[in-house]
Amino acid sequence: MSHITPASRRWAPWSGRTVANAILILMLVYFLLPLLWLLISSTKSNADLLDTFGLWFGHHDALAANLKSIFSYGNGVYLDWLRNTAFYSVTSAVGAAVISTTAGYAFAKFSFPGRRMWLGAILISVAVPVTILIVPLFLLLSRMDLINTPWAFILPSMVQPFGVYLMLLFAAESLPNEILEAARVDGASEGHIFRKVVLPLLAPGFVTVLLFSFVASWNNYFLPLLVFSKPSYFPLTVGLAEWNSQATTGGVGAGYATTNMVIMGSLVAVIPLVVAFLLLQRYWQEGLTFGSVKG
Amino acid sequence: MALGVSTTNQALPRAERTAAPGRSRRRRFKSIGTPYLLVAPFLILFLVFFVAPIIYAAYVSLFVNRLIGGQHFVGLANYGQVLTNPDFWDAVRRVATYGVIQVPLTMLVALGLALLLDRRRLRGRTLFQLGYFLPFAIPSVVSALLWGYLYANSFGVFAQFAKDIGLGQPDLLSPGRILFSIGNIALWASAGANMIIYYAVLRSIPAELYEAARIDGASELRVAWHIKLPLLRSSFLFTGILAIIAAFQLFNEPSILSASAPGSITQDYTPNLYAYNLIANAQQYNLAAAVAFTLAVGILIATAAVLLVARRKKS
Repeated sequence: MSHITPASRRWAPWSGRTVANAILILMLVYFLLPLLWLLISSTKSNADLLDTFGLWFGHHDALAANLKSIFSYGNGVYLDWLRNTAFYSVTSAVGAAVISTTAGYAFAKFSFPGRRMWLGAILISVAVPVTILIVPLFLLLSRMDLINTPWAFILPSMVQPFGVYLMLLFAAESLPNEILEAARVDGASEGHIFRKVVLPLLAPGFVTVLLFSFVASWNNYFLPLLVFSKPSYFPLTVGLAEWNSQATTGGVGAGYATTNMVIMGSLVAVIPLVVAFLLLQRYWQEGLTFGSVKG
Repeated sequence: MALGVSTTNQALPRAERTAAPGRSRRRRFKSIGTPYLLVAPFLILFLVFFVAPIIYAAYVSLFVNRLIGGQHFVGLANYGQVLTNPDFWDAVRRVATYGVIQVPLTMLVALGLALLLDRRRLRGRTLFQLGYFLPFAIPSVVSALLWGYLYANSFGVFAQFAKDIGLGQPDLLSPGRILFSIGNIALWASAGANMIIYYAVLRSIPAELYEAARIDGASELRVAWHIKLPLLRSSFLFTGILAIIAAFQLFNEPSILSASAPGSITQDYTPNLYAYNLIANAQQYNLAAAVAFTLAVGILIATAAVLLVARRKKS
C-alpha cells in the first residue's frame, strides 16, 4: 500500500483535482479582473487610457490628477453626490432597520386585531417586483409635490417588506417567550422590555436589514433617476451615468466630463461598499441565505 | 420560500413545547396598544409608499391626457395600445430571450462553483468564495460602466487583445451581440451570490451522508448527482424565480450602455426602459402606468408558471 499513495499524490496534469483547481482559479480571474482594470485605469490620464494596454499602468501616474479633477469639476458637484448618497443611504437604512425590527417583533410576539391580514399583505408585497413599483411611485410623488426633495428617495426606501419578514422569522427564533413574560411579571414597561431585552437579542437581524437596505439605497439608480432632475440632489449612480453620457457623446471643453473622471468617480463610489463587504461578510452571507436555507 | 413561523418552532426542544400543557407554543402576548405602536411606523409608510402608488397608477392608467380638456376616462384603451404596440412585444421578447439564456447559465456557473468549493482538502476556500462574491457588492451602474469600457471598440481590453493576436476587433456592443454582453454583466454580478446560497445548503448536509456513499465506492460525481443536487432543489427554485423577475425588470445595464451604444439600445429596448422613456421624454404618464401594470401581471404569470412546472415535476 505504502508505495501506491505517494505515486497517486504526484501532480498529474489531467487529474480531476488539477482540472477542478484550474477552473476555480480561472473563474477567480474572471470575477476580479474587471475590478483590477478599474484600479489600474484610475491611475491613467485620458491619453494613456486610449494608448496603453488596459491591464497595465500608463506612461505616467495620473491618480492624484484624476482625484483632483473629480472633486473640482462643476464646483465640486461630485462631493455633493457623495454626500447625498451617504445621507440617503444612512437615513433610509436606519429607518428601514428600525421600523422592520419593531414591526417584525410585534408580528412575532403579539396577537392583535388585524394581525393576519397585515401579515398577508406584507408577504404578498415581498413578491411584488420593485422596479415595477417605481413608475407608480413617481406618479404619486409628483402628485404629492415631493419630486426633487430628499423625501422622494428616503421615505420609499424605508419600506422593505422583506426586512419585516426577516425580522419576524428572526424574532420568532431568537426571542424566548419566557424571558419576555418574566420581564412583564417583574413589572417592566413594554418600552423598557423592547430596549433592554428585545433589541440586544435581535441585534444580528437588525444589522443584516441595515446592511441590505444600505446597499440597496447606495446602488439605487432607477428611483433617483426619476425623482431628481436637479444635479445637486443626485446620488452617485445618477451623477456617474450623467458624466458617462457626457464623456461618450464626446463634447469638448470645460462643460463636459471625461472618461478618466467617470473611472475615478466609479472607483471612489465603490470603495465604501467593498470595505463594508469585507468587514461585514458574515451579515451579507446571512442575509442571502436566511430565506433560502432555513426555509 | 414562503414559510410561516411554525417551521421554525418545530426546531425548539421538545421539553419546551410540553412545558405549558394546554397552551400553544405559538402563544403571543395579547395586547392592542403596544403592538399597534410597534407596527404603525412601518404600516403607515407601507400604505403611503407601496399600496397607494399601485392604486393610484391603476387609476391613472385608465385615463388619457388631452391637450384640450385634460384627463379623459378611456377605460382599458391604454392597455390596448400597449398590447398592440409591436415595439412593446419586441422589448418583451428581448427580456424573455435574455432570461432564457442568462438565468440558467448563471445558475449553472454558481452550481459548478459551489460544487467545486465543496470538496475535501481544498486550499484557499475563503479566498475563492470572497472573490466570486465580491462583484455582488458593486452597484449595477458601476458594473455596467466598467464592462462598457472593457467592451469598448477603441480602448477596450477585448479589442486590444484581439488586435494584439491579429484578429479583427469584435464589436461587443453591436445590436446582435449587446444582449449577450448585458447577460455577461449580470452573470458576473450575481453568480457569486447564488454560489453562496448553494454552498450554504451543501454545508448544511451532514457529512455522514457523504461518508456512507463514499464507503460504498461512489465517485465525487455520483455523490454530487445523487445526493447534492436533489437537496438543492428548493434553492434552485428560489434563486431561479428571483432571477426571472430580475430579467423582466432589466433597466440599469441597458440604460447605462445606451450612452456608448445608442444604435444598439433603442428607447424601448426593455419594457422598463420603454416605461421610463414614456415619462422622461414624452410625459405620457397614463401610458407609462399601463406599461408598468402589464409588466407586473406578466411577471406574476411567469412566476406562477415556473412554480406550477416545478410542482408538477416533483409529483
